[in-house]
Amino acid sequence: MSERENILGRIREALQVSAPLPGAHGETSAHTHTESPASHAREWLPSVGATGEEQFALFAKNAADLKADFQLLASRDELPAALKKIAAAEKWSRVASHEGELSNFACKALGLPVTLTDRGYDVQAMEKCDAGITECDALVAQTGGVAVTSRSAGGRALSVLPPHHVVVARREQLVADLPAAFALLQQKYAPDFPSMISFITGPSRTGDIERILVLGAHGPKQLTIFCV
Amino acid sequence: MSTFVSDFKTRATEKAGDLRHRSVIRTALRSYEIVRDKRKAAFQSWESARQAAAETKWEAINHLDKHLVALTSKLEARGTKVHWASTGAQAREIIAQILRDKKARSIIKSKAMTSEEIHLNHALEKEGFTVVESDLGEFIVQLRHEPPYHIVFPSMHLTRGEIKDLFQKELGDAPSDSPEELTMVARRVMRQKYLTADVGFTGGNFAIAETGMISITENEGNARLTAALPKTMVTLMGIEKVLPCFSDLALFLPMLATAGAGQPMTCYNTMYSGPRQPGECDGPEEWHVILLDNRRTELLADAEQRDSLHCIRCGACLNVCPIFRNVGGHTYGTTYSGPVGAVITPHLRGLQDWKHLSNASSLCGACTEACPVKIDLHHHLLQNRRNASAGEPAFFERLAYQIFGLVANEPVFWSLAKKLGWLTQPLQRAVKGSALDPAKAWTKTRDLPPQPRESFKDWWRNRK
Repeated sequence: MSERENILGRIREALQVSAPLPGAHGETSAHTHTESPASHAREWLPSVGATGEEQFALFAKNAADLKADFQLLASRDELPAALKKIAAAEKWSRVASHEGELSNFACKALGLPVTLTDRGYDVQAMEKCDAGITECDALVAQTGGVAVTSRSAGGRALSVLPPHHVVVARREQLVADLPAAFALLQQKYAPDFPSMISFITGPSRTGDIERILVLGAHGPKQLTIFCV
Repeated sequence: MSTFVSDFKTRATEKAGDLRHRSVIRTALRSYEIVRDKRKAAFQSWESARQAAAETKWEAINHLDKHLVALTSKLEARGTKVHWASTGAQAREIIAQILRDKKARSIIKSKAMTSEEIHLNHALEKEGFTVVESDLGEFIVQLRHEPPYHIVFPSMHLTRGEIKDLFQKELGDAPSDSPEELTMVARRVMRQKYLTADVGFTGGNFAIAETGMISITENEGNARLTAALPKTMVTLMGIEKVLPCFSDLALFLPMLATAGAGQPMTCYNTMYSGPRQPGECDGPEEWHVILLDNRRTELLADAEQRDSLHCIRCGACLNVCPIFRNVGGHTYGTTYSGPVGAVITPHLRGLQDWKHLSNASSLCGACTEACPVKIDLHHHLLQNRRNASAGEPAFFERLAYQIFGLVANEPVFWSLAKKLGWLTQPLQRAVKGSALDPAKAWTKTRDLPPQPRESFKDWWRNRK
């Protein structure tokens, strides 16, 4: 018998005795649902506000708490100047990016040499880039984070290898909460999901030394989110 | 007394009196409860979320066979190679064989408690492979050749000064004791390791049966890089990590972050559903997923304590446990420490050897209250005590209770005992805590209240 059959056999034998329902102990009475118990998550997670305006304000507040830089632009015409300002301040000489309507626009506006990931790339070259510019799948107001995938954001490494991750997003990509973000990803991709889906909530961080927050542990020290 | 018990007692006594250790742990956990409570308060209903999380894990664990079959067939359909391991030795051999087949030399690892559980690093190093931990805390304890102190914060027992000295000694690079600069040293060291590693190794936080995905939660980005750059990726995960639906993560990810570290969301929550797919520009060519039993099915067979397989390893019960905070993580001598470790270790490694952990508890219930998936931790500790004494009754304890029962049931004996107690108490005070005291284990650190001359019964009878 294979180990698979051994393990599944032991599981089936163990499950012949049923376990008490969750919450049967303590003060809360047990109850069961016919649907997935987590399907009402929206009612319990942190509240997000009803209007788009409130949700943009919430996203901005959450992003600021995470030490991400969020810039809500009036139109995409403002993007070139905003990008160039960062590029000049940080003395960028080369960026990495991927093919995409908005990412192409951003790279063209910058006018710097670009390493594109779409048809394969040299990892050492990408490591030397000053920034990675990607699109995304969603901005999540509830958390101040963005959802990217290996298909929408130029692969797996682009959003974590360069020291500055710049996300270019469209206003209509804002979703209210995490359940909405998961529903969107499922609707957009199922059953053929990209091999990686990542919720990025703020720049890379660690607290492993005396629980003191340090940004840029392994991934980007800075995360900038432009929304046009 | 087994060596496990005596080792535990020795270490616990030492740590509980170690003021330096106490102050380091206090500093590390000082803000945890405050920020966690703030994040919990941001939920519209944390209690409803807990109940739903408990029910979701109940469904996953109580139909584990069905969910594992769904998970693995989805994973395999997209080119992932799934392996099953009944024991730690089997898992180590599967991983070593993958490395031999790939002619790998260097392995970059992101944090995985399952790999600690099966002592993977030691086994791979013995075969000549180079293994580097990339999580900063794990990297630090690896340099010190010691196991992680805490399942979420591996190096929380160390001060910046000690880490600076360690980096200076082991890496020859420690500009100052600033956490920022020390983190940058590790970042520089690790960057080159990423670019040259042959195999990337990860654990898994959740596995989604519906879509065939493994979700990894981390703050640093090291797991993201581990799963992006090396040509081969290996993931080791306990069989209990399953969740039924993709959308369940919308609840579990913020709850894990809140309970574990008081964060609204951990920085990177990443779902992998296969190796590099056609049309994708990077990612591993091969992905091996190893599902580990290692006696989890024995825990599953104990219906009373089956809910301890709901554990999402957030570490909340460790953070709030007065025993953990006093004796520290290394004292337990187990992979999983704190209340959840005390509950599951007797199942994973043998009840009689590890039953003492269930007594290392004040039964205050702080762990049960902190648990985001409502595991009945402190009652499980009582059940372990019951099961252990049923298996191996303590002779003297039983004798003592039998004598007490006899005395307490017989008024003549009882009044005699009262008189004897009053007469002998000066003697007890004289030998208290010393080698002559038969109850010294108890009286060493405790005072017996003085027994008055007149009992309540006498006073009642004599009142005017």
